Parts: sequence; structure tokens; C-alpha cells
Amino acid sequence: MTATRAAPVQAPTQLGKYRGPRTGSRAGWSFLLRRLGFYLVTAWAAITLNFLIPRFMPGDPAVALMKNLQQASGTVPNAAAMQAVRMFYGDPQQNLLQQYLEYWKSLAHFDFGLSVSHYPTPVSDIVLEALPWTVLLAGATTVIGWLLGTLLGAFLGWKPGGRADSLLTPITAFFYSLPPFWLALLVIYVFGFTLGWFPISGGYDPDVPFQMNNLWFLLSVLRYGTLPAFTLIFIGINGWLFAMRNVMVTTVGEDYVLLARAKGLRPHRVMLRYAARNALLPNVSGLALALGSIFGGVIVAEIVFTYPGLGYVLFQAVSSHDFPLMQTIFLLITLGVLAANLIADSTYVLLDPRTREQR
Amino acid sequence: MSQFLTNGKVRIGLAVFGAFLLIALIGSWLVSSVLGTDPHRIDYDALGAAPGGEHLLGTTTSGQDVLAQLITGCRGSVAVGLLSGVLAVGVAALVGVTGGFIGGRTDQMLTAVTNIFATLPSFPLMLIVAGYMANVGPVAIALLIGLFEWPVCARYLRAQTLSLRGRDFVQALRMVGESRWRMVLVEIMPHLTGILSSLFLRAVVTGVFTEAGLRFLGIGGGDSVTWGTMIAFAQQQEGVVRGMWWWFAPPGLFIALLGTATALVNFGLDEIGNPVLRHSSRAAVRRATAHMAARRDRTNTVEVAS
Repeated sequence: MTATRAAPVQAPTQLGKYRGPRTGSRAGWSFLLRRLGFYLVTAWAAITLNFLIPRFMPGDPAVALMKNLQQASGTVPNAAAMQAVRMFYGDPQQNLLQQYLEYWKSLAHFDFGLSVSHYPTPVSDIVLEALPWTVLLAGATTVIGWLLGTLLGAFLGWKPGGRADSLLTPITAFFYSLPPFWLALLVIYVFGFTLGWFPISGGYDPDVPFQMNNLWFLLSVLRYGTLPAFTLIFIGINGWLFAMRNVMVTTVGEDYVLLARAKGLRPHRVMLRYAARNALLPNVSGLALALGSIFGGVIVAEIVFTYPGLGYVLFQAVSSHDFPLMQTIFLLITLGVLAANLIADSTYVLLDPRTREQR
Repeated sequence: MSQFLTNGKVRIGLAVFGAFLLIALIGSWLVSSVLGTDPHRIDYDALGAAPGGEHLLGTTTSGQDVLAQLITGCRGSVAVGLLSGVLAVGVAALVGVTGGFIGGRTDQMLTAVTNIFATLPSFPLMLIVAGYMANVGPVAIALLIGLFEWPVCARYLRAQTLSLRGRDFVQALRMVGESRWRMVLVEIMPHLTGILSSLFLRAVVTGVFTEAGLRFLGIGGGDSVTWGTMIAFAQQQEGVVRGMWWWFAPPGLFIALLGTATALVNFGLDEIGNPVLRHSSRAAVRRATAHMAARRDRTNTVEVAS
């Protein structure tokens, strides 16, 4: 940022515990390192929760699992299988610390056990198959929803109390309050059932060969993904629009925006380059915080549209009591959220050179 | 407080919220006396009937009155929402206010715990815990939701408490030698009632939302009726594919209406403005300056235009 273009990122904070500017990239690095430390602790907490939940639930999940396993495979599980299950779900005879260490050891070897509902497929195979679908769906819809919402929010916040703002903001509040799964049903009803424009379940056309280099296959993926994507984008837009509008309202009142206007710059330039640019930061850091809850929406959308991603697999795992699968998916989602958080933090360092500490 | 109640948005929001509470309270009486039916009774002459006639909002595939279910479901949903809200705000107050007021190492520890819980994807976690517990009842679902919804509230409360801690009246009390707990309970808490009630409203709605989501995914047994079970059954029993919008549309709209009411109350609270924050998080400062800036902006635009 050169001095001539640098609109102040925010009015110098006269309140609070502003620790004074820290210059250079050192501050940025120490910020990132602190965040990395926090994410490591969070990852540890998630893994430990994963370890503890089955051990502190009423009943013995290991016994339930063995029963399921017996039903699924039609044979009485041998001692080795029993041992493996005990390692993941707790052996009352072993002490907890030892179990904990064993658990870490198997994780370190990427050994997540065998799926119960698809016995004897390894959990990792099922998860790896579902992963790309979720990454594609969640990634694309989050980015599109964020961009559209932020842009619309900047537009609405530019004239707070204006016609567009006073009309659209309450409507957005209503849209924002719609339950995602219900919205998904409505989308199915309107676009899939009544209008019949798009297929309402699945991720691709089953009649087309499953090949990445086949154009028809890719087109069918797009067509089948339209409705889930539409639902998720719609949900996403409202949240970001709201957040952006509220911060935008504060920046349009700043003196540097007034100055830009007084200089006679074109309105859309003042809006985007001066006001919106500075209102953007909370939305960027908000993206990181929201990722965990975004997955709630993605899971629900995948289930309603029978989309072959992690959410749908998780749903199947929960309903068939497939504990190994459930745990692995939760672990994967958590790690994904943490990784995305870290990326968002790095962007934050780039966007705000001062990189004040964000709690 | 009087300012609070004269704000139009707050009034509308509270009125809608109150109406739902009332329905939740007298719902079973309404259904049995006014409608003269119950949500489980099956009308074999009207299976999957469209709205109108004997059944104002039509019937389900199995011939149950949708309006009766909607009213009964209000109680189920709101009850879970209230319970989870009480729990979430309770834990949040305990963690947030304690951390914010005591400060130091305790605060750092509590903030770290709060942030970890806030970062973990709560919905999958709830789904998994509920998956382990076979046949979770409404109370267990409410507890589960409350357990994962408190971190957001705790952050707000911590920020507010931090701002209160440095104020003159607290300093004065400290000089006088008030005990810590008396200061927190008698002096700090009354200043937090505004934000506590706003957080509580939001937590209740989040509870209703999450309950519906979990129910929709088939978590939770029993024959209790909530808005979530209505939508779930509508999907499972092909209500969507058969175009029975009167079955699945009303419960979703009611949930959205409840959410909008809460949003309105919170808009109103924001408009009234927060107390001046002296030692608080930047987010809170930003919100506080928002109102001043917005007000300033209105005069500014006039100046520029003229």
C-alpha cells in the first residue's frame, strides 16, 4: 500500500487496549504463530473429545458395535477384530491413559478402523470417496455466497436508511431466519418437483460413465449440483449481506469517505475503494469463524438432496450406528475447518498490515 | 427501559415472540377445546386433504390435522428452545462474566476454552453425541444444544464485563472493600440484563433451529410433536413429492417468523445503542461507533449534497 492510496484502515482506535502499531512482517508472523498454536490446541481437543465421547456415553458402544458387526458380516467376530474395536471404543479392563496413547498411535498410522455398515471396507476409503464432493460443494457455494453477500451488503450499507436498505434489510432478516433444511425442501418442491428443471437427488447422472475426463459426466455433476448449490448460496448470501451492511454503515460515516466524496471521485469508486474496502475486514475474519457453522448447512443440504458428500455419509453413519465412520468424519470436518481458519488468518495478515490481535 | 419499549422494532419483535409463547402455553387447550381434536388423531375420511373445510390447514398423509400439529409443535419447539437458552446463557454468564471480571490467568484460560468450543463444528458434534445416545428425549436434546451454543454468548458477556470492570463505580466499590461475588452479583449483573435478555432471545431461537435440524435428521425418539418432526415426517412420508405444501411449509415459516422477531428485537437494541464501552473488545467498540457514525452520516450527506 502506497501512502497516496492508503485510506486509513479504520479510524485510529482511541478506546480500548490498543497496543500501538507493530511494524514489519515480524508482527504478522507472531500473529500467525499464535493462531497456529491455538489451532493445534483445538485439534488436540477435537481428537480427545473423539476419544472420550464413546467412553463416557451410557452403555458400552463397543458391545453395540460388535453386535452390529455380527449382523453386518453374518459371522461372530474373531478376537483380533474385537481387539481393534476395543482400541477405538474403550476396554473397561485397560487404564484410560494407556488407551489414549494407543488411540494416538493408530491415528498417527492413519488407521481409522473398518466401517460397520459397509463391513469390511476401511473407513478411510469411504471417506476419501465422499470428500471431493463436499469440498467442491462447500467451497464453491461459500465463495460465491460470500462474494455476492458482501457486494450486496456494501451496496445496502452505502445508503443506510435509503429505499433499498429499508426494504431489503428486513427481508434479509426473514430469509436469514429460514431453516436450511426447510429451504432445501422448498427448493426441491418448487424447482425440482413443480417446475421440474433440475434433478432433486444425487450428485451425478448414474447413466453417464463415472469419468473425470468425460464432458457429459462433468455437465451432469453441474446439473445435479445446481439445486444444493443454489440453496447453500442463498443461505450464505443473507448472513454475509447482513454483516457487511452493518460494518459498511460505520465506514461510510468516516472522514476519509467524506473527503473522497468532496474530492469529487465517482460514487462507485468511493463506495468500493474507500468505504467497502475498509468494511471488508470483519467479513474476512468472520468467514473463518463461520466455517464451523457453514458445515451444519452443508450437511443438511447434502442429506436433503442425497448428495454423495461427507454430510450424507455422516447421516448414514449416524442412523446405522457406524461409530468408526462417524468419528473419522467428525475429525476430518474439524481439521478442515481449522485449516480453512488458518488460511483465513493468513489472508487477514495480508489485508490488514497492522494485524491487530483478534480474539 | 422505557426507551426500550417505545422502539417500534422491539415492540413488534416482542409481540411476535410473546404470541408464540402464549400459543406454547395454552396450545394443548386450544387444540382440545377450540379445534376439538388432538395432534395424533387420525381422520380416515381426509387422508392428505388440502386446506379448507373441516381441516383449516389440511391433513397429513395419515390424516392428522396439520393445524393441531402446528399448535402442539409450538410447545415442543419452544420448550426445547427455552431450556437450551437458559442453559447456554447460564454457562455463558458463568464463564464470560467470571473471566471478564477476574481477568488475568483465569480469564486467559476461560477465553481459550470458549474459543475452542466456538471453533469446533458444533452441528456434526451434536449429531454424533446424539447418535451415541439411543432415543434421546426432548430434555436431553435441549441440554445437548445448550452445551454447544454457549461460547458465542460467553464472548459477548466477557466483552461487556470487561467494559464494566474499569468503570468508576466498580473502582469505588473495590475501594470500599466489597467482596468479589457481591460486586458481580449485585453491581455488575444488573448492568448486563439488557445484553443477557437479548442473548437469551437469540439462544432460544438457535435452540428451536437446532432442535428442528436434529429432529429432521431423525435424532430423538418418542411421539412428541415439534415443528422439526412435522417437517421430518413431511419429507419421509413423501409430503414434498406429492406437493403437500400445507404440511411442510407452515412449520418452517413459523420458525422463520420466530427468528425474524428476535432479529427485530436485536435491531432495536442496537438502534438504542450500547452503553459507552471503555475497556472492551474492538468488535463492541465498532458496534457502538456504528450508531454514532450512522447518525453523523445523515448530517454529512446533507452537507455534501447542498
